[in-house]
Amino acid sequence: ASTSQSDHSAHTKSASLVSSDSVSTSADNFSPDLRVLRETNKLAEMEEPPLLPGETIKDMAKDVTYICPFTGAIRGTLTVTNYRLYFKSMERDPPFVLDASLGVINRVEKIGGASSRGENSYGLEIVCKDIRNLRFAHKPEGRTRRSIFENLMKYAFPVSNNLPLFAFEYKEVFPENGWKVYDPIWEYRRQVDFDLLDQIFAIKIISIEKHSIHSAKLQIKKMRSWNLTVVKPQRNLFANLLLFSLQGIPNESWRLSKINERYELCDTYPAILAVPVNIPDEELKRVASFRSRGRIPVLSWIHPESQATITRCSQPMVGVSGKRSKEDEKYLQAIMDSNAQSHKIFIFDARPSVNAVANKAKGGGYESEDAYQNAELVFLDIHNIHVMRESLRKLKEIVYPNIEETHWLSNLESTHWLEHIKLILAGALRIADKVESGKTSVVVHCSDGWDRTAQLTSLSLLMLDGYYRTIRGFEVLVEKEWLSFGHRFQMRVGHGDKNHADADRSPVFLQFIDCVWQMTRQFPTAFEFNEYFLITILDHLYSCLFGTFLCSSEQQRVKESLPKKTVSLWSYINSQLEDFTNPLYVSYSNHVLYPVASMRHLELWVGYYIRWNPRMKPQEPVHNRYKELLAKRAELQKKVEELQREITNRSTSSSERAGSPAQCVTPVQTVV
Amino acid sequence: MLGSGAKAAKPSFVSYISPEEIHIKEPIEKEVNLRLLPGEQLLCEASTVYKYIQEDGSNRGTYGKLVCTNFKIAFLDEDSTSDDNEPQFKNKIIGENDITLQCVDQIYGVYDEKKKLLTGQLRKYPEKLIIYCKDLRVFNFCLRYTKEEEVKRIVSGIIHHSQTPKLLKRLFLFSYASAAPDNTDGRNQTVMFDTLEDWRDELERTKGDVQYKAVSTNEGYKVSEKIYRTIRKPPYELLKTDDLSSSLPSLQEIQTAYTRFKQLFLIDNSTDFWATDVKWFSLLESTNWLEIIRRVLKKAIEVVECLERQHTNVLLIEESATDLCCVISSLVQVMMDSYSRTKSGFQSLIQKEWVIGGHGFLDRCNHLHKSDKEEAPVFLLLLNCVWQLVQQYPPAFEFTETYLTVLSDSLYVPIFSTFFFNSQHQKDTAMTGESLKTQSSPFRFLTVWDWSVQFDPKAQAFLNNPLYAEKPKPDKSQRKTARFKHQRQLSLPLTQTKSSPKRGFFREETDHLIKNILGKRIGKFINSSDEPPNSFREFYDSWHSKPVDYHGLLLPCVDGPEIKVWAQRYLRWIPEAQLHGGGTIATAAKILDLMEEVQNLQVKMDEEHSQAISGDLHAVPMLRNSARLSSLFPFALLQRQSVKPALPTSTWKDLEDEDDLVRRDDEFVDLSSDML
Repeated sequence: ASTSQSDHSAHTKSASLVSSDSVSTSADNFSPDLRVLRETNKLAEMEEPPLLPGETIKDMAKDVTYICPFTGAIRGTLTVTNYRLYFKSMERDPPFVLDASLGVINRVEKIGGASSRGENSYGLEIVCKDIRNLRFAHKPEGRTRRSIFENLMKYAFPVSNNLPLFAFEYKEVFPENGWKVYDPIWEYRRQVDFDLLDQIFAIKIISIEKHSIHSAKLQIKKMRSWNLTVVKPQRNLFANLLLFSLQGIPNESWRLSKINERYELCDTYPAILAVPVNIPDEELKRVASFRSRGRIPVLSWIHPESQATITRCSQPMVGVSGKRSKEDEKYLQAIMDSNAQSHKIFIFDARPSVNAVANKAKGGGYESEDAYQNAELVFLDIHNIHVMRESLRKLKEIVYPNIEETHWLSNLESTHWLEHIKLILAGALRIADKVESGKTSVVVHCSDGWDRTAQLTSLSLLMLDGYYRTIRGFEVLVEKEWLSFGHRFQMRVGHGDKNHADADRSPVFLQFIDCVWQMTRQFPTAFEFNEYFLITILDHLYSCLFGTFLCSSEQQRVKESLPKKTVSLWSYINSQLEDFTNPLYVSYSNHVLYPVASMRHLELWVGYYIRWNPRMKPQEPVHNRYKELLAKRAELQKKVEELQREITNRSTSSSERAGSPAQCVTPVQTVV
Repeated sequence: MLGSGAKAAKPSFVSYISPEEIHIKEPIEKEVNLRLLPGEQLLCEASTVYKYIQEDGSNRGTYGKLVCTNFKIAFLDEDSTSDDNEPQFKNKIIGENDITLQCVDQIYGVYDEKKKLLTGQLRKYPEKLIIYCKDLRVFNFCLRYTKEEEVKRIVSGIIHHSQTPKLLKRLFLFSYASAAPDNTDGRNQTVMFDTLEDWRDELERTKGDVQYKAVSTNEGYKVSEKIYRTIRKPPYELLKTDDLSSSLPSLQEIQTAYTRFKQLFLIDNSTDFWATDVKWFSLLESTNWLEIIRRVLKKAIEVVECLERQHTNVLLIEESATDLCCVISSLVQVMMDSYSRTKSGFQSLIQKEWVIGGHGFLDRCNHLHKSDKEEAPVFLLLLNCVWQLVQQYPPAFEFTETYLTVLSDSLYVPIFSTFFFNSQHQKDTAMTGESLKTQSSPFRFLTVWDWSVQFDPKAQAFLNNPLYAEKPKPDKSQRKTARFKHQRQLSLPLTQTKSSPKRGFFREETDHLIKNILGKRIGKFINSSDEPPNSFREFYDSWHSKPVDYHGLLLPCVDGPEIKVWAQRYLRWIPEAQLHGGGTIATAAKILDLMEEVQNLQVKMDEEHSQAISGDLHAVPMLRNSARLSSLFPFALLQRQSVKPALPTSTWKDLEDEDDLVRRDDEFVDLSSDML
């Protein structure tokens, strides 16, 4: 006889979206009605999963034992839908729930044969992409294993079975359309000249209370609608100023080109590219032929004051013979010339120099300083995707299921994981420093310019531009630097593909998010989003619930009509922002963040890599604590407002004082 | 032979000045003003000393005067124009460029680019002087432009006064106490445990059963010089003895570990910093310091488990019962008794378990340079362990990590008696002895718990945790009654519903189990058989599975990733480790801002009531523009004004075992075939 149970369908949709492996702690949230209703039903029904719109149950097995590495074996019902694997047991109070998206499954293996004896020796082992393994034991006589196995193989790997990913069947409707978060034209224009903006604000054409750049940017976003509250006589003046000031890009040195509108110049690049103004489209084609996979240098970011830029590309096709391209050399010169502040340009090659050299044999290579005048080449020593994959594998070994007791630190060191994180951060730091302090333009590339390059540019943008530290800004950053510039999510993650040993898989994006987390640790008030936001992004990197991380390029996404057929992750996130907001966020105006890329400040992200271990779980989930803080802040602010109102009331009608207000007895210390 | 500001020394004082110093007396220019404390005397000085700013290996720095007094070594900056940015967190006793003689750890001289440890007599004088401090500051002085005579004087003076054995009565403590006006603050909330009454109150507070009696048999220290406490000999079987000398690392091991550990933070320059960064985790591990912290915390959890779950009294045994016994019993109380997590409660605990409990601070800190063998950072070990708890459960503590850091610094400030005696007996003896000589009333020593001596109210605010989850109804009225009321619930953190199998007398007693049962004994007992090793794990897990009550039992997580380096204490002087606009201070600043806002409004409100506002309002520091603050705040304020990032210079370590992977390409497609 169960007393209370946790049923996710009774909760907000957020609860059911996020995978969990825990004793459900939300049992008290039930209305008494529901409890009564449920108690009349059978046990098995209570062990059914909640379903999302579009989700259907494909298989169900009773009397399955989940062998939890932390709390021991537990018996319950295992359900497979076209979206998730769901295990629930009423044996414990509150009921035990394991809820994982099928997208997270890396491989499924059978353990033991029908003849195997011994308890729990016959079943399935499920290896997941999010640093955990799940083991289930079936009763050999129950014949449930085979069908569960087959259904898992079918629905966890739909791509291998010519089935659609669940994202195409998910029918949830959110108030906001996340596919509209990023508009390249507006994003390039956003990178405006702040001085000019200030001038606009100085003549008070629009009412902006604060002069912070952040609010200025928000104001710019509002301007998109052109429904401006501008008084009539000033409208023309305003419009002129606005057009003038919005010359982030295009400006006198950079233009937006539509040469890649049909993805013919480069099939892994977006349709709209920002390129130097004096390089005509014809020449771009010749530059493209000299850059691996046609990935020419294009603008990522422009410094609002110095006009120093960050451009990204792939390696030049130098080859063993040391080929040169006049167009490419001229192109880089044009990038340098667009920044009057410096007579130098830095080329950051993300690879170790050995690998850059080795690439010559394959026709690739790096820019020689002889051919590119005024250019200085720096290797950032970041290793390739295979090294990173291996590093993560080692990391999993020492944290799952058990944390290595002895020699924790040297074990951690031997995974090299944090060392890789350090090098990526250090590389981004160098780039940011050159642009900010050196006022020098930089070009960033690795081999193809979609892995390490994306990590480097997006992290340095995060350091340089506070806009990207807001929730929406970060979404734009991911859309721009990762999705539009063709990070191969499909290959690196292997969505719905059963080929788990594929050498193209690598935790490149995970590393980026880890670096961001390290930055949020070092600067706890500089980011509008919280840890839960980052974990949510990673969970849905694998879940295949949203279309955001599907496919490997903009071209493919357009071809698959993802914006029409799937829901964007940002729709979900932006519809419940409060869950993802860091209450301590302070929007510093135009503040460059330099993280310290030293092991002394780097930490293993326990909240992600070791989150399945109940011992390492924070007492209350992090975001709850944040929410609590938020509530406290709101309470404080409300109080402040009350006080203010009271003051004004009293000052206006000091005569009508009936009784002394029983206000503000709480000492401040207790409130906060 | 007196410094400009010093009062005439009492004749009873032994001269600190070695003969060669006596004759040289140059007129002291007043362009640099050396601030002397009462009883402080200038011993020697040298001018045109160049002090390097610890930064990127460049030779930037300032000229000034290096002086040595009977209290400190100080560098007086010639162009101290930095008055405009008055630091918000300033120690009133020890300035930015002051090093108390007890704070000096090691002194190195540089001869032709070679570093040499300086001790005792010198034949040749170095061109550069590097002073490593116990609070982990590193000072680099260049003596190349200083007159040879002055170099000799200052170097030998500094070495003599800071590195050679000293008599207890020559501690600055005594000259300060006799010269300083008696300004002890009567409002001190800390229970000093130096009277029988204090002990009775404590027993009452913790609701100890009648078996514990506050006794005064040790009056006059007849029983033991060290023990000034209630001792209980329970003849019952429900007792577990734990010999700490066999279950915990030895003092020698602790000392070795800490010596290695602190070395990692005494960074000479940027190159050093990045060179050690590559192997940071294994270096850290090889010191064994974090592992010792882990073992100590684990042991404390085991003891808590005995008390809490098995209802067993625990008798902690150690050779002297004044080192690891103090650590474990203090930790157990911090975990079990939330009163110990308030500021006054923690201070009372230190007072009870350590100061009165007879921890040999003088020997363990080697304040008198008598014997290196006795030195061991036992008290620091406790602070390091408490810090782990503070960072795991910040809302449970009334004090901040800054509090723990300044407390650790106070170990080396010889104006407080707290950490400068081996026992209460020694203190009493010294006091009566000295006052007899001077024929005056007994000394009034300052206690470190009077924080106003070191910090003004604004700075003191940094010691209080704004996020402290205060008890719902804090009774702030009278000191003793408040304590008593306050504690009744606290001392019984978890009431086990499961009844103990024992009945009667035992039942009664175990129900009220609290910390006083942690008796300490001299000598060795028979060691009880070891517990199954994993029972503590289970105990932790079952506690952890419930939501945490910040006023109840608190257990630290001791798994590898959760035992961390106390970054504030150990990284605070290292410019490369500085985060501009970041670190925990950024959070604190944000919260304090909010508090200030509310407070201002409340003040306004109160003014409306035309009530005079007492100056008693809790001071909130002004932390405007926290983007400009660095993580080194509130320490090391003036270093590195430039906002340049610290760029790693170290090279990549070899991935020995992954050579094949390293050489692989990102893609398997041959690019040359991809060409148009």
